[in-house]
Amino acid sequence: MAEHHLTTPITDADVEKLKTGDVVFITGHIYTARDAAHKRLVETLDAGKSLPFDLKGALIYYVGPSPAPPGRPIGSAGPTTSYRMDTYAPRLHSLGLKGTIGKGKRSDEVKAALATHKAVYLGATGGAGALLSQRITDAKVIAYEDLGPEAIRELTVKDFPLLVINDCHGGELYVKPNLG
Amino acid sequence: MKIVQAKDIREAVAAMCIAANRELPADVRAAFEAAHAAEEAPAAKEIFRQLLENADLARDTGLPLCQDCGLAVFFVEVGEDVRVEGSTLREAINDGMIAGYKDGFLRKSSCDPFTRKNTGDNSPSIIHFDIVPGDALKITMMAKGGGSENMSRVTMLSPAQGWKGIKDFVVNRVAEAGPNPCPPTIVGVGIGGNFELAAVNSKKALMRELDDKHPDPEIAKLEDELLAAINALGIGPMGLGGKTTSLGVKILVAPCHLASLPLAVNIQCHSARHKEVIF
Ligand code: SF4
Repeated sequence: MAEHHLTTPITDADVEKLKTGDVVFITGHIYTARDAAHKRLVETLDAGKSLPFDLKGALIYYVGPSPAPPGRPIGSAGPTTSYRMDTYAPRLHSLGLKGTIGKGKRSDEVKAALATHKAVYLGATGGAGALLSQRITDAKVIAYEDLGPEAIRELTVKDFPLLVINDCHGGELYVKPNLG
Repeated sequence: MKIVQAKDIREAVAAMCIAANRELPADVRAAFEAAHAAEEAPAAKEIFRQLLENADLARDTGLPLCQDCGLAVFFVEVGEDVRVEGSTLREAINDGMIAGYKDGFLRKSSCDPFTRKNTGDNSPSIIHFDIVPGDALKITMMAKGGGSENMSRVTMLSPAQGWKGIKDFVVNRVAEAGPNPCPPTIVGVGIGGNFELAAVNSKKALMRELDDKHPDPEIAKLEDELLAAINALGIGPMGLGGKTTSLGVKILVAPCHLASLPLAVNIQCHSARHKEVIF
């Protein structure tokens, strides 16, 4: 299993190198969005308007951070469960989104979209929010401030540690439960 | 008659909410350490290393263990000879929770089910009151995350399905949940009662310490049997494969109707945050 250090924006060539089980360290900017923000993103697209950030080459992190205490850019910031965003992800991938970051299983539709649009699903360690926040050097709300923890933030990350769960070649990291 | 001041309850609840979110319980930490030693797969070992480091960081920096600081769930045992002065008991608890979540920089995760608008202060708390004999007031708080709560289920089995039906349902639930509820999990199982009691009991069961053996040796055996079957699934920490899918199974049993066998499975993630205070 290889180790990759990638800088955003992510290219098709970057994605093609990534295999299920590889460790990836991301440096650059990533965007936070979870349930309510996704609903708005898709409504914005339906209305024919432009999104608050450029999807091309972007990574979306499914996270709703805890409030930043004084002297820190952000509070705890680990992943939320990804399947709730499955209905939105394929459309965003078709518009250039190169990857999503979360935890837990994805639908067959999302996995197919990863192959079709050359994108990747990356896993962060769930429940390690204090630890993951140490790799976030800056956070600013760029849209939907009224959503509070669900607002879209641009995070600046340095060597943000992730695992490739689903690659663009059909690979899957999660083990199938052994039901005997 | 014991008089407890609402102000004291508020302060204790606020402190309890903050501490629960920052301090991994000692039994859970011990279980992480044991699992870290027992796991052979590097990926599984690495998850436990990260979780231990995360717990140290939360303790040292005051950041919450997990950004999902949960809905605040309380089990309250009110002695018949206790009177609260200054406000209602419910207000004292909820106000304390609001203060704790604000002052501790904890995430507020409560929203309207239709509009999805955040209530802004994590209220309302979910409070289960029990009236008990005596003059003690015991308040237990759990910060319950959404990811593991979403993987929980209630079902009404038919009495003929018996233990096999119970075991199959619990193990299949954990199997289906897979990596979603942040394994290693703790599995609370409510058996019997009725529809709502089974659910409440499955959560109440999670308040027991991991190394607490069930007082009924028969039930203790069933807990061990379920835990072994769950860990044989091989899901492992974060679903990456390994020996530790769950750290414990806790069962709470209640008598039920002749016609039913209610069963609830409440999945708790490894961020098993709870605290207790007694007045
Ligand atoms: S399931 Fe638990 S550990 Fe995982 S993100 Fe939710 S609250 Fe945190």
